Amino acid sequence: MKSARLVWAGWRFHVKSLTLSGFFLLTSAIQPVIFATIAFFMFKAGAREGTLLYVSLGAGLMGIWSATLFASGGAIQWQRWQGTLELSIASPAPFILVLLPMTLASATIGLYSLTGTLLWGRILFGVPFELAKPLVFLLAIPATVIGLGLLGLVMASTFILWRNANALSNLLEYPIWLITGLLVPISLLPGWVAPLSWVLAPTWGVRAIRDAALGGGDPLAAVGMCLALGAVYLGIGALTVRHFEQLARDRATLSLT
Amino acid sequence: MTSLRVFFIGGVTSYRALFYWLTPWIYVPSLLIAPIFQILLFVYIGRSAGLQSDEFYVIGNALQYAAIPCVFAMGFMIGGERYQKTLGSILVSPARRLPLFLGRAAPVLLNGAFVAAFSLAIGCLLLGIHLPASTFGPLALVVLVCAFSCTGLGLISGALGLRVRETGVLANIMFGLLLIFSGANVPIDDLPGWMQTISHGIPLTHGIEAARQIAAGSTLGDVGRLIGIEALIGLVYGAIGYTMIRLMEWQSRVYATLETA
Repeated sequence: MKSARLVWAGWRFHVKSLTLSGFFLLTSAIQPVIFATIAFFMFKAGAREGTLLYVSLGAGLMGIWSATLFASGGAIQWQRWQGTLELSIASPAPFILVLLPMTLASATIGLYSLTGTLLWGRILFGVPFELAKPLVFLLAIPATVIGLGLLGLVMASTFILWRNANALSNLLEYPIWLITGLLVPISLLPGWVAPLSWVLAPTWGVRAIRDAALGGGDPLAAVGMCLALGAVYLGIGALTVRHFEQLARDRATLSLT
Repeated sequence: MTSLRVFFIGGVTSYRALFYWLTPWIYVPSLLIAPIFQILLFVYIGRSAGLQSDEFYVIGNALQYAAIPCVFAMGFMIGGERYQKTLGSILVSPARRLPLFLGRAAPVLLNGAFVAAFSLAIGCLLLGIHLPASTFGPLALVVLVCAFSCTGLGLISGALGLRVRETGVLANIMFGLLLIFSGANVPIDDLPGWMQTISHGIPLTHGIEAARQIAAGSTLGDVGRLIGIEALIGLVYGAIGYTMIRLMEWQSRVYATLETA
């Protein structure tokens, strides 16, 4: 119960805190809108207007991924800069319960992206927003946020040891957008990409959201996969956080910037 | 002679000091690998949409990526000085401002050109695009001119850095707008009229078009006009940026607003 309360309080705090960050909000809201706009024009010029909602949802997910990635990359670094990392590590609560709300909150903030791209598409490009399975759609969104937030936890944990985490964040943005099929069907990519995409929550998250919105497929199964992968990420995150925290203590590298 | 020293030695020294953090661990993933994935993303979206050839996206995105090192670095030029508490010292120094700021822009320009050329070369290799050896020289010139015009835009970003704190956001927005308007991914003719008008007045549009024509077999003479316009746009943006910096420097002295952002 105490753990749940800590995660809940931390999540609320970080959602509020990130909502006050102009950098974070602008990046979350504007970047996916830019990519959605380009994709809209590309698909319009390519005479495939029927796929605009598909693009809109994919671009929104791109924003959720970017938000998760940057916040996960920054979660440790920002604490280093603010001098709170040692306090968080030394506090009685397990460090994973401090880190988890940060990554979940950053994925939650990514919902601004999804909302922004859907509104942008509706207002400027007349993209219809008619949901085939509204209830499943409402279920798919939090499941995706949780899946991505937990993937962010795995990444953030590795950044305890690595001081150039933001560079890795820059590196991972485009590849994940590409191989999880956010804008491009995975079937168009080389065959060896598909197995990689299966172990990434965004693949299942976007599938769940799209299937719920456009109909077809099995959105509930995709929701299940997203949550199951989230549980696996949580297990991996728990191990890596503990291990890397111990290494950082042993090497006295915790606060090095 | 003093101006030359300020331009060359001052420029290189300040670049090394401001970008001390740009180690290979950051440089390689952010500036050499990330553009390759940007190229791949748009190549595959293009294939999915059935719009243009792979070559179209490789050239467009490789050149457009020059905006990352140029616009971000020029914005950081002011922000970094302020962060390190050296901005005030620079602005009270008697050094002439033109060589001072242009000297800081020169390494940025060269880095931007390198990043774009590298992305173009690797993008072509990965996707099996063959460019004849005779195009290398003209393409190198176009890449350099594109980096020049992006640096001009970056100078404006740097000037705005005297008023806004989030220069990173500003550079992100500029980068995104260039991605939409420069024709890197959407042919200019497929954009609405008002967007086409903007496209013709921003950096990269003419450079990207020139590079595409060179790759298609045009000579340097054929695309001379496009390259000239690109250079002119860079010059105009650079002049505006420099004027803004001087104006804000003057304002900061009169109203004590140097550190307000």
